Amino acid sequence: MKRNNKIISLALAGIFGVATCGLAHAQISGDVVKIGFLTDMSGVYSDIDGQGGAEAIKMAIADFGGTVNGKKIELVTADHQNKADNAASHAREWFDQQGVDVLIGGTNSGANLSMAKVAVEKKRPFISIGAGSARLTNEECSPYTVHYAYDTTALAKVTGSTVVKQGGKSWFFLTADYAFGASLESDTTRVVKADGGTVLGDVKHPLGASDFSSFLLQAQASKAQILGLANAGGDTINSIKAANEFGITKTMKLAGLLMFINDVHALTLNLTHGMYLTDSWYWDKNDETRKWGRRYFEKMKKMPSSLQAADYSAVTQYLNAVKATGTDNPEKIMDYLKKAKLNDMYVKNGYVRADGSMVHDMYLMQVKQQADSKYPWDYYTVVQTVPGEQAFTTKEETKCALWK
Amino acid sequence: MEIFGVSSQALLSQLMLGLVNGSFYAMLSLGLAVIFGLLNVINFAHGALYMLGAFCAWLGLTYFGLNYWEMLVLAPLIVALFGIVIERTMLRWLYKLDHLYGLLLTFGITLMIEGVFRSIYGVSGQPYSVPDALAGATDLGFMILPNYRAWVVLASLTACFTTWFVIEKTKLGAYLRAGTENPKLVEAFGINVPLMVTLTYGFGVGLAGLAGVLAAPVIQVSPLMGSNLIIVVFAVVVIGGMGSIMGSIVTGLGLGVIEGLTRVFYPQASATVVFIVMAIVLLIRPAGLFGKEK
Repeated sequence: MKRNNKIISLALAGIFGVATCGLAHAQISGDVVKIGFLTDMSGVYSDIDGQGGAEAIKMAIADFGGTVNGKKIELVTADHQNKADNAASHAREWFDQQGVDVLIGGTNSGANLSMAKVAVEKKRPFISIGAGSARLTNEECSPYTVHYAYDTTALAKVTGSTVVKQGGKSWFFLTADYAFGASLESDTTRVVKADGGTVLGDVKHPLGASDFSSFLLQAQASKAQILGLANAGGDTINSIKAANEFGITKTMKLAGLLMFINDVHALTLNLTHGMYLTDSWYWDKNDETRKWGRRYFEKMKKMPSSLQAADYSAVTQYLNAVKATGTDNPEKIMDYLKKAKLNDMYVKNGYVRADGSMVHDMYLMQVKQQADSKYPWDYYTVVQTVPGEQAFTTKEETKCALWK
Repeated sequence: MEIFGVSSQALLSQLMLGLVNGSFYAMLSLGLAVIFGLLNVINFAHGALYMLGAFCAWLGLTYFGLNYWEMLVLAPLIVALFGIVIERTMLRWLYKLDHLYGLLLTFGITLMIEGVFRSIYGVSGQPYSVPDALAGATDLGFMILPNYRAWVVLASLTACFTTWFVIEKTKLGAYLRAGTENPKLVEAFGINVPLMVTLTYGFGVGLAGLAGVLAAPVIQVSPLMGSNLIIVVFAVVVIGGMGSIMGSIVTGLGLGVIEGLTRVFYPQASATVVFIVMAIVLLIRPAGLFGKEK
């Protein structure tokens, strides 16, 4: 008797579950479109994304008038403090208890990889903006992940091959001694060698090293033409500062493998002019980007980084998908995103591949001389536009099972 | 000539750079040692106050047009004043309690100072250039040493040895040391011990402020610059012997050099080597190299 009851209640629960699922498919769950934004709000990466990224997302929501298909759009944000476990527990709580419909992942690869795992478990869309690791779309690719702005593969391919083609044949790497630095170095090494360049050596420095002069003297002793900086944030800033102080910039050309406009702004053109770097967006690229950049500037009193622009774009595209499909159902949204051509002030004719990469143009830039900089934040010349198909992982290289 | 596969020229230049970093360690750990030796407070806010010194230099230049040399004098005074306010209003209530309370209070102060600066200025930091008089570099034969780095060594050694001299060799220093041994008795001689303690704390954190100004042109002036350094500096104090003045100067310089050499032979370990030394020293001499067993 007891067992029978159990079976009946299970069956009922099943029917009820299917019925409510069916209802949810047709429209917006919870009568609200809820966007969750999880990033580093206070640590080393908070300038390139952080509060500015949240502001960019608010701008995207405002452009929709705060509603989509008559339903309110809500934003929740949190600081993952660069801790992967923290990111995962926030994501889980948001999906389970707060009914978040899409998770936007800000900076930090480790945190993003753990968010991607939660998203696939909960079957909700996850758009990673600021993570560098190409693992998100390779070994750990998932049908619910979109990797939106850039990855280490694209940085290595664009900076590495262009610099070699422009005559920078011999390289030496200054590498942050953790997973991100190592993969950036090995990706770039592969590209440099494939294009006929040589790598004369490397020196691995601890994350957050207090002084870079000794590492730089070792780099200088190598007599390489190009010093590849396979590090990020404060480490990149302090290594460039020391490279200038010790006169290394006179004998070697610096290539920042992951640099953002905030880093250049912090260092000033005096110390960075002539450097090559790769980015997915630059505020002073065309009228559309300038218009958006100035709008952002009004609010934040600084120009947006590529990541903050990508935050805006990703949320805009997600809301477009909700508008077009009339639902926030994860499968339908992912389906739409993978078929659509993405166009806005950040991306032109971008598309999301089966492995989750959002394929779009990448730009090799050179930092301007002080004399050529005409107005505040006038920092880059776009040296080359590299089409997404060339910049990102190719079908031959991919390790993603969804794209074989 | 080569030593272990590294040219002696490279080795000499790394020793020199180690000495530069060691000067920062020495100056910061000296401040900590003075405060711990005389007040028995583990001043965790030291890193934040070092950052405050660097920011004072930057703010002075940016908003008030005060140059490096003016700020070199002013910034430590401002930081010292700030320290005196902390001591008078908060820290003095904790002297009779366990060390842990002082540590927690100063840690909290650190978080607040850093948080305020982070929310105003962000984390990328502010640029501060080398003063004109010290720009350029000198060819030492085995390396090109930027003049500014040479100045850092000179300035910090002067500050360190002056402090040592005042505390160990003068009458004022004798009062200070006596005041920590037996405050009641010293007070009976008509000396204002609480005032002396306040000024000592002010002086200790002033040293941190001075180190901050010296560091501003070398590394980016950023709210996080203190927390990157403070743990190493604590290790230096522990190795030197808690509260030993000479100990902290010598170990500061020594560890800078050891770290410099590690950067040549096995760069990956350069962030860890200080702690390996600490573990070994504590196993052999639990009171530190220069500390006295109690």
